[in-house]
Amino acid sequence: MINKILIANRGEIAARVIRTCKDLNIDTVAVYSEADQKAPFVSMADESFLLGPPRVQDSYLNTDKIISIAKEANVDAIHPGYGFLSENGQFADKCEHAGIRFIGPSAEVMEKMGSKIAAREAMEKAGVPVVPGTDGAVVSSDEAIDIAREIGYPIMLKASAGGGGIGMQAVNSDQELTKAFESNSKRARTFFGDGAMFMEKKLDHARHVEIQILADRYGNAIHLFERECSIQRRNQKVVEEAPSSFISDETRQKMGDTAVKAAKALGYISAGTIEFLVDEQENFYFLEMNTRIQVEHPVTEEITGLDIVEAQIRIAEGKELSISQSDVKMDGHAIEVRIYAEDPETFFPSPGHISKFELPEGKHIRNEAAVTGDYDVTPYYDPMIGKLIVKGSDRSEAIARLKEALFTYEIEGIKTNIPMLKTVADHEEFKNGNTTTAFVETYYLPMTKTN
Amino acid sequence: MTEIKASMAGNVWKITAGEGDKVESDQDVVILESMKMEIPIAADTDGTVKELKVAEGDFVNEGDVIAIIE
Repeated sequence: MINKILIANRGEIAARVIRTCKDLNIDTVAVYSEADQKAPFVSMADESFLLGPPRVQDSYLNTDKIISIAKEANVDAIHPGYGFLSENGQFADKCEHAGIRFIGPSAEVMEKMGSKIAAREAMEKAGVPVVPGTDGAVVSSDEAIDIAREIGYPIMLKASAGGGGIGMQAVNSDQELTKAFESNSKRARTFFGDGAMFMEKKLDHARHVEIQILADRYGNAIHLFERECSIQRRNQKVVEEAPSSFISDETRQKMGDTAVKAAKALGYISAGTIEFLVDEQENFYFLEMNTRIQVEHPVTEEITGLDIVEAQIRIAEGKELSISQSDVKMDGHAIEVRIYAEDPETFFPSPGHISKFELPEGKHIRNEAAVTGDYDVTPYYDPMIGKLIVKGSDRSEAIARLKEALFTYEIEGIKTNIPMLKTVADHEEFKNGNTTTAFVETYYLPMTKTN
Repeated sequence: MTEIKASMAGNVWKITAGEGDKVESDQDVVILESMKMEIPIAADTDGTVKELKVAEGDFVNEGDVIAIIE
């Protein structure tokens, strides 16, 4: 039994986990940095402990401090949320050595899925299709050209150590590749201290569709259908929905079966997500696996009526899955938008003081908030300050409710992406389901330039 | 003479060109960091870095002058 959980995270996800714990009569312990003293999640928890200064190395990534607090507070388990330590195998090991359960999969599976190359190999072995590309680092532009000719243009060039879209570029010819290889490799060296690059076939008009899975330690694994998260900026998701308006029932079934097969082949335990790129012909290719709860998990909860955090806790307790695949039913359509503290056109962060924060309310509206109406958004962490989730009986009803909710969502004091979200929700191509990964550059950005 | 300004509020993470260095248009001079995002700030003309107004670790607001190029 798990009776007390420490949440090694902050913001809306810490608040989200605490809420389910309260429902399950589990005591909660929050840990926070000096910058988060006034954050809602801190006061929501039964107990709270200061970790240290704002910088993540001194606070949310300080594993020794977190474990010593967990021991002092006598918790049974640690929930890592997403980001921070959620996919850190060493931390999971440290928890186990301290006699504290880590709510997530084994350290071994986490490490394997955390390595781009090992994950590709494991998926290929499990019979899951992967995006054509290199299995290792490409060291020179000459080598890159040989590979590009073999795979075929267009190609996505990515920095091995990269993140946040830095060191990443699409190229269409040998000439472009030569130039892009040098400049991105140089930039990757400046940013990450590592100029190694790898290459993948760029799928045009692709969509990002991911499958939520649940697996217990007795070999049972099920999927909870898909989420489509194609609308992204800076390679980060902005709008997520379930189900996908694009894939057919046949593809849905095939992707679900493939994800379950992959989870079983990995010996995966806990909740997890397998991300795929889907092309225009509905071929799907493995992108990566997230071995943790995801930001966009609420849309799945809304259409299935399940609580994924509760499932994570029960699985960590060693319980068997309480439902089988045939029990999982889909009802209606849910859309989530991420509220970011950022300029709605340049997408640059906009930290500062929030002087007003008023949320839309209603039966079909769910808010996950990280801030209040008198709150300092600091530059130390991710710019996401909340999530708005709406549900409708079908997609068009969900979109109508999204538009209405966004118009009553009020934040003053900082810039947010709400104007962008309103434009997207009102866009014909969004209503038509033309939600490819190129949506923002194809439809949204040109509109901001003409206005 | 042109001023290079911060395009967002954040910390100066890295300075990639020193005072007196020759820089080309589009060459990164400073990298800002805010909310887990690194944003390179590049020179918009060819020239020499006359003055750096910031040091690594400084906090800058959007619109603050970072460097002067001559």
